[in-house]
Amino acid sequence: MSAASLTRLGGDDSRRIVVLLALLLVALLAAPWVVNDYLLTVLILILYSAFTGQAWNIMMGFAGQLSLGHALYAGLGAYVSAVLFVDFGIGPWIGFLAAVPVAVACGAVIGFLAFRFGVAGVYFAILTIAFAEFARIGFDHLAVVNASAGLFLPVHQTAHNDVWHLRGDPTMFYYVILAASIAAFVLCRLLLKSRMGYYWLAIREDEQAARAAGVPTFRYKMYAVMISAALTSFAGVFYAFFYNNLFPEQVFNIGRSIEMILGPVIGGIGTLFGPVLGAFVLTGLAETLNAVMAAVGLDIPGAKQVFYGICLLVVIVALPEGVWPPLARRLGLTKAKP
Amino acid sequence: MPVDVYLNVVVAGILTGLVYGLMALGLSVIFGVVRVVNFAHGEMMSIAMYLAVVLFSAFGLDPLLMLVPIAAVMFAFGYALQAGLINPFITRPEHSQFLLIVALAIIIVNALLIVFGPDAQTVQTSYAYDSFQLGPVLVDASKAYAGGAAIAFAAALFAFFRFSRVGTAIRACADNYTGALVIGLDVKHLYALTFALGAACVGAAGSMMTLIVDVTPVLGPTYTLLAFVIVITGGLGSMAGALLGGILIGLTEALAGLMFTPSAKSMFAFAILVLVLLFRPQGLLGQRLS
Repeated sequence: MSAASLTRLGGDDSRRIVVLLALLLVALLAAPWVVNDYLLTVLILILYSAFTGQAWNIMMGFAGQLSLGHALYAGLGAYVSAVLFVDFGIGPWIGFLAAVPVAVACGAVIGFLAFRFGVAGVYFAILTIAFAEFARIGFDHLAVVNASAGLFLPVHQTAHNDVWHLRGDPTMFYYVILAASIAAFVLCRLLLKSRMGYYWLAIREDEQAARAAGVPTFRYKMYAVMISAALTSFAGVFYAFFYNNLFPEQVFNIGRSIEMILGPVIGGIGTLFGPVLGAFVLTGLAETLNAVMAAVGLDIPGAKQVFYGICLLVVIVALPEGVWPPLARRLGLTKAKP
Repeated sequence: MPVDVYLNVVVAGILTGLVYGLMALGLSVIFGVVRVVNFAHGEMMSIAMYLAVVLFSAFGLDPLLMLVPIAAVMFAFGYALQAGLINPFITRPEHSQFLLIVALAIIIVNALLIVFGPDAQTVQTSYAYDSFQLGPVLVDASKAYAGGAAIAFAAALFAFFRFSRVGTAIRACADNYTGALVIGLDVKHLYALTFALGAACVGAAGSMMTLIVDVTPVLGPTYTLLAFVIVITGGLGSMAGALLGGILIGLTEALAGLMFTPSAKSMFAFAILVLVLLFRPQGLLGQRLS
């Protein structure tokens, strides 16, 4: 990729941002040679969170539609690809192609119902929760996917990495999710600078004004939900083949939806770097807490989460825009606040 | 199945629904005035439930008698929360408020887990297995007392908002924020008071709920969702709607548990929520927001 196109990718004309991106990319590409297995798994979690955060950010950060039920799309992606693999021996990439229409259709139904009937704001958020919860309880009673007993993917001990079937060691999964995160980043950058991106921002800032200016708001909100759902479904496919077990109680849990939201909001909502930075901050925080707890010898269930909650509270209170926007200004990557 | 089985379940569902309604009333009051969605509502209720459990197991105090003291404690907790933490967030965007309260909810659930452990705790009153025979219907005594107390508490709250000067001032804040500021009302104080009243509702409801269910730390998120379903079904901001929604959802859950399987009962509650959002987004008794 030429320096010029990299510059365009960064979001503005700052040279520093290109350097930063390049450094980050090199560090991430080289990571498996440097870090141990534990840190590699942590990096996989970070990239997974960055990917889902990026996907969620399209809906909320770009188009201003607050979804609190994104676990639905990830869960559908996970279950569709896992069922195809377990019952029909169909690989995850074909499974992904099958999962996308399912997730997109679901997103389209929710979007159509909500936007046509004027369900917005908090009401829209709760509608998305309702659909995710509906799916959770539904899948918990669905015999085809083994209901609450859980769906397990066969694990083979393979000597070589099989990317086509997503069977292999953590390093392979690392590069798969790294590639996906880069792709999502590039896609979001392209979307943001396209006509659609500008329409979304107009809708986010003032929907009535956008409509008055001739933006087909209904159609573009639908695009946002559908693109976001499609991307999120890939995260589900990855989840299924990485963990090899699926329980509706976990996959569709509202906790998963909240985890997807935390990264972009902590990092900086509506920005390209926010979801990535937020993923590093949050997962880093959680793992640091783990390490500290283990070092101190404190083994009380819930103690880690309490600290996590308190840190979250402090960040939200202290940094209303998230971590990235003030950091970017400090580093001189974006122009000062108007 | 004989008819009286259905009748018993319907009555039990309505009585449980009244307690649900009181819980949801708290959420509705907070949203109606402060315009903040309390995503830690169920978690706050589980604090109240553990207070009731501790008071019962340590001192043998009946949750029904402790209803008012527990509501008072939650009132103070709610006031401090709104005055200290949420008031500065009033002007922030929804997702920011959401995250603040979610962080709070995470802290509450896990603090309860640390203190009380994951095992279920129960309150065994002397009347736990009593029941009244009303014609063909057998009414569980605990549920009857809980439902009655919920009605009394809700009635007191209605009266407060309708007839007291402070209640009128709070309604003024809800109707016109700027207007309330202009005529010199201390809006921050009134907001804190409103949040405190909402918390008192969950205090009372939680205390009564210990007569009906076992208490575990993970109940919090479940009740938060349930409170949402009820409040939106009844109409966000409508006090009568919250009670009506509570009864409707209590009834739906009870009947779904009887006719299908108890574990799938909340699916029907969510189905009702989706239908209401689509065909009457303002809720059964709510007024259309502009």
